[in-house]
Amino acid sequence: MDGDGLRLNMNVLDYGILALYFVTVLGVGFAARRAIRTSVDFFLSGRSLPAWVTGLAFVSANLGALEIIGMAANGAQYGAMTLHYYWIGAVPAMVFLGIVMMPFYYGSKVRSVPEYLRLRFNRPTHLLNALSFAVAQVLIAGVNLYALALIMQALLGWPLWVAIVIGALIVLAYITVGGLSGAIYNEVLQFFVIIAGLLPITILGLVKVGGVAGLMDAVRESKLGEAGLHTWQDTGGTDNPLGAHWIGIVFGLGFVLSFGYWTTNFAEVQRALSAKNMSAARRTPIIAAYPKLLIPVVTVIPGLVALVTVQGLGAESGDLVYNNAIPLLMRDLLPNGVLGIAVTGLVASFMAGMAANVSGFNTVFTYDIWQQYVRRDRPDDYYIRIGRWATVGGVLVGIGTAFIAAGFSNIMNYIQALFSLFNAPLFATFIIGMFWRRMSAAAGFLSLLMGTLAALATYLLYKAGVVHFNSDLEESFWGAGIAFVTAAVVAVVVTPFTARRRDEDLRGLVYGMGAVDVKGDVLTGDAVWWRSPVLLGLIAVVLSLLLYVPFF
Amino acid sequence: MSMDNLNPHGHDRSVEATEEARRRSAAARLFDIRRVIGGLFTAYGAIVTLIGIFDGDSAVRKAQGVRINLWAGLGMLVFGVLMLLWQWRNPVEPPETSDEER
Repeated sequence: MDGDGLRLNMNVLDYGILALYFVTVLGVGFAARRAIRTSVDFFLSGRSLPAWVTGLAFVSANLGALEIIGMAANGAQYGAMTLHYYWIGAVPAMVFLGIVMMPFYYGSKVRSVPEYLRLRFNRPTHLLNALSFAVAQVLIAGVNLYALALIMQALLGWPLWVAIVIGALIVLAYITVGGLSGAIYNEVLQFFVIIAGLLPITILGLVKVGGVAGLMDAVRESKLGEAGLHTWQDTGGTDNPLGAHWIGIVFGLGFVLSFGYWTTNFAEVQRALSAKNMSAARRTPIIAAYPKLLIPVVTVIPGLVALVTVQGLGAESGDLVYNNAIPLLMRDLLPNGVLGIAVTGLVASFMAGMAANVSGFNTVFTYDIWQQYVRRDRPDDYYIRIGRWATVGGVLVGIGTAFIAAGFSNIMNYIQALFSLFNAPLFATFIIGMFWRRMSAAAGFLSLLMGTLAALATYLLYKAGVVHFNSDLEESFWGAGIAFVTAAVVAVVVTPFTARRRDEDLRGLVYGMGAVDVKGDVLTGDAVWWRSPVLLGLIAVVLSLLLYVPFF
Repeated sequence: MSMDNLNPHGHDRSVEATEEARRRSAAARLFDIRRVIGGLFTAYGAIVTLIGIFDGDSAVRKAQGVRINLWAGLGMLVFGVLMLLWQWRNPVEPPETSDEER
């Protein structure tokens, strides 16, 4: 197969479908503009959105193109064990965020995750987290952009720079003009477009292999074998497709990595902070957990279908790498029409991911860096302008990162691996600070700093070959675990030697300090039992356990 | 230094300023996203259904004998119309804090 092997046969109608999508997202951005009068409108949608909107935006923000392409690739490579990323590796953390942590985030009226650290600990802790978050977001946006450009180049034959520039400019336009409402509204739209684009691939793939039973038989015959259909079997050791022990899955993925990502990542939490009241904010990640449970249908199943239908999938390089599982099925199965919808779905998923990074970035840059350390006490309008300029600056840096990644493609993997490690120590600092009122400000700073350095050191020593792990995955479990423990130990050791914070400064920020009112702003209708965050959360967790039963 | 943002009651100045600004919020002027989702999916549904009606043999053969454009098109059409109906039957309740200066 030559270099054009992945090229899709898009016709005028397919391009029309894609063009209609571009026009719609831009229209949403411009129409959202009239709802912006204050900075809180621009950065937090005026804290006015209903829970179903923020919930779908929450799940969409995580549905970047890299996530979809990557999880289908994992499905083809590791089989059913990929489900861990959706179930134990996501749902408990999302429910915990909604039930336990959201009262502190939303109740304290902080405008960002770093701001919580400023109020709970001190400015050094805040600055450290705000800077590392801001840098991470623009770099990750660039990586996303590069991933989109690669797909567009392979599928449509567009030159890399065309896809990079078009993708970036559209996201730039609708966030600069429409602010967070532009981003969130488009994320909700993108959620449905992504599902509409991917579902035909799953359906036709299953038809091709003879339904679910046919797929299971074919996977047994594939190189994954019987192990490709199980999630927990053989996890007493590491002799399973993922090479992971159940302790690593439960504590490494299910606890440290997952809680770190879902509960402290402002690109996610920001969606909940824009909800209209406490009940809606708490339900945001919990509503998101339900689609999250089912997304494997459009990622893992296509991955398995590709494994058993595409001859030679799993090559080291070229067109048959695992990452091309979904593009290959699009080429093989989709006629014009649904093909246009599927390409639009991939573009939508990229935009959803990048918009989450960019809108998280402009908020932290403006409220946490510029307002706190550069120009304070300016009129509110001034900060909207800064937010718009920050959006432009962030997207430009993202474009630059995308072009650098195009030159050194390994950089992409390094950036992702590196930043995923920073969440684990942050979660340790957060969770201890939220529940242990004695924890001092100095302990907060040192625990975050030392935890981050521990993660970095583990990663660098592994890359340099000094420390050995069986796989990158194992390294990420261990790196995150070491960072988490380091941050926790430093917090406990430093606290007794440093000054405690006044109780009145911790009101609404720490468990047991009062002032968190989860019922005060209840709207008519929110009190019904089926809108109870605790009940909805428990059902999601139970479902995530039940879904494992057929794939034990 | 860690407290220079706090007033004597433990409230943060910049957070308070933002809460203050929220009283002038124009968020109530935000349109209803259900209208856009419904509109886009109705259009996509109509386009893809039409493509499906005129699909030739090769398109159906490629899709494993399934008239996928027809089914996907009708599915999107129904979804789009349902979104519009939901929006029409159940409009957003007017916000409780109305502001007069628009």
